[in-house]
Amino acid sequence: MSVSLLFAIVLVLALVGYFLGRANASGLKASGKNLHSIPPYHGYYIALWCGLPAFVLVLVWQAAQGSIIDQILIAGLPSHLTEGTSAARVSLILGEIKNVAAGRVFGTPEPAVIEAAEHYKSLQSTASLALVACTLAVAVGGIAFARARLSPDFRARNRVDGILRGLLIICSVLAILTTLGIILSLLIESFAFFSRVPVLSFLFGMEWSPQMAIRSDQVAAEGAFGAVPVFWGTIFISAIAMFVALPVGLFSAIYLVEYADKRVRSFVKPLLEILAGIPTIVYGFFAVLTVAPFIREFGMSLGLDVASNSALAAGGVMGIMIIPFISSFSDDAISAVPQSMRDGAYALGATKAETIRQVLLPAALPGIVGGVLLAVSRAIGETMIVVMAAGLTATLTANPLEGVTTVTVQIVTLLIGDTEFDSPKTLAAFGLGLVLFISTLVLNIVALQVVKRYRERYE
Amino acid sequence: MTTLDTTEASGMIMTKTAEDTGTLAKTATAARAGEHETKISASAVSVFYGEKQALFDVTIDIPARQVMAFIGPSGCGKSTFLRCINRMNDTIDICSVKGKIEIDGANIYDPKIDPVLLRARVGMVFQKPNPFPKSIYDNIAYGPRIHGVAKAGSAMDEIVETSLQRAGLWNEVKDRLHEPGTGLSGGQQQRLCIARAIAVNPDVILMDEPCSALDPIATAKVEELIDELRTRYTIVIVTHSMQQAARVSQKAAFFHLGNLIEVDETDRMFTNPTDQRTQDYITGRFG
Repeated sequence: MSVSLLFAIVLVLALVGYFLGRANASGLKASGKNLHSIPPYHGYYIALWCGLPAFVLVLVWQAAQGSIIDQILIAGLPSHLTEGTSAARVSLILGEIKNVAAGRVFGTPEPAVIEAAEHYKSLQSTASLALVACTLAVAVGGIAFARARLSPDFRARNRVDGILRGLLIICSVLAILTTLGIILSLLIESFAFFSRVPVLSFLFGMEWSPQMAIRSDQVAAEGAFGAVPVFWGTIFISAIAMFVALPVGLFSAIYLVEYADKRVRSFVKPLLEILAGIPTIVYGFFAVLTVAPFIREFGMSLGLDVASNSALAAGGVMGIMIIPFISSFSDDAISAVPQSMRDGAYALGATKAETIRQVLLPAALPGIVGGVLLAVSRAIGETMIVVMAAGLTATLTANPLEGVTTVTVQIVTLLIGDTEFDSPKTLAAFGLGLVLFISTLVLNIVALQVVKRYRERYE
Repeated sequence: MTTLDTTEASGMIMTKTAEDTGTLAKTATAARAGEHETKISASAVSVFYGEKQALFDVTIDIPARQVMAFIGPSGCGKSTFLRCINRMNDTIDICSVKGKIEIDGANIYDPKIDPVLLRARVGMVFQKPNPFPKSIYDNIAYGPRIHGVAKAGSAMDEIVETSLQRAGLWNEVKDRLHEPGTGLSGGQQQRLCIARAIAVNPDVILMDEPCSALDPIATAKVEELIDELRTRYTIVIVTHSMQQAARVSQKAAFFHLGNLIEVDETDRMFTNPTDQRTQDYITGRFG
């Protein structure tokens, strides 16, 4: 029986439980008893007791079943297949057993494997039967348990509230746990990397060429894992992006808040925000197919040597992507400056531009800075545009017409294709990811602090 | 005004005389009023917010170096008219002004007049103190700086000091000129805003309910200051407080539903108004 069918049955049982509880409570009410909670709450109470434990059981069962069956299979294999072999070998055998069980037989499997496959099939069917039985038992048991507790004085309303609160807590905890899990996996892999490559030579090394000899007899350079050129590339491209986005975003925000009349504003602002909704891969196309050739041809007409994957193209397009960030944060910050500041400046005989430059911008600065920092952390973490438009070679250059590579591009290239997660080459991706994560985290925290302090000022 | 003590002492005396309003003081004011030439002359001023007319054909003469109080119930157009005098209404898109306002005989709504320069001559103080989020010094120096009156240095220091002294704030802030103006108390902030307005050396100072956000002691100080300022500046003040109008102003104008009902010597209007509506408002029957 499939899991979704099982879920449907549990759902129907919960529904039955609901009507049972409600009918019971209505009956009590009709017989003149004073109920603490209205009948539907009695129904909800039974339904929750029926559905939730069964639901959790199915989830846990599904998560655990595979590995338990694997353990049983391995334990049942003849010793010549398992003893003294690596974990990888054992998992290969397991894979073969499952393939055979599914009817995909390649070559002639060992008799032990065929036997194990039969065993596997029977284990599978037993397990799923047991799952169905247990789930139904839990669901029905839940109904019986909850039903037994119902009485006129029973505070079903408060209980349901409590259960719902528990659900909400679980959901938020799940979100946090996921984050922790991501960080943890990043940390563990990074430690594996840093145990092979020293932290200092990673952070301060000037050469990045993660190519490693795959076989020991192969002629290849020893990989160099100095991340400075890679981080430089990220910083450089982000700087170019900010160079484009900051003036355009800020000035358009000033125009929209201070100069544009309502009709223009209601038309231009959403248009500007469409930029934020364009998938980054589309920006990537734009950078590769339009901007990069344009810069290249323009540079050539001036007699400059422009790489086809120039930092300028990637950074410039990334800047365009970030414009809505900056403009919407600046817009909020400038709008939040009280009208009385403007009046004060105008009343002293300041022109509009003077008022903006000398009064509004300083007052809105913390908010703008917060927005800019968030935009920078967005730029640093941006992947798709640079994967498409920035180069792959890690060069330490300040010339925007040359190609540079970024942290995110390197992570992608390190992990693409056939990878095994025990060579420094692939593990380097996690080292890069960790540093990237920490730096954007710090930027975000600083930005939020700045924004928060600014909010306290005017409210 | 050399020390804090004398400032406060004279303040108390001032408030006392103002509140008691002895007949002697009244006749003195009345006599003085006659000598003053007209500074601001408005004729048939109407103001529209979009379709809605907020002010109807206001014609009034405001004398130089006196305090003129605009009184009237909320929404009567007194603030609207005040904001016509320095063309602050220009900053509201939907607002349009008809009629003529002359300051020293020149129509300020003449296209040749630059409202930005006009506002340097006609300063304004607002209902809520609105110091810029800058230092006390920079708050004062802002106006002179944008008008090129003085560059940084001793000339600017002097302007800042004189302005703060005239606003009666110097002794309280002279040791912390470079702290933010927003850190001052409400009353100090309002006097800082008055000092800021004074710093560009205006002829006229408009005050839009300058004490409505202040406590009684801070109010007394600002009122005392207004009384001192009238020796140099023409002051127009909008107020909701009849007592305040009686204390600080020599002339009063009563507005009602966008119309100017009555203009007179303050004492005369408060004791013997000619219009029934003025009488009703002053005696508290509406408003």
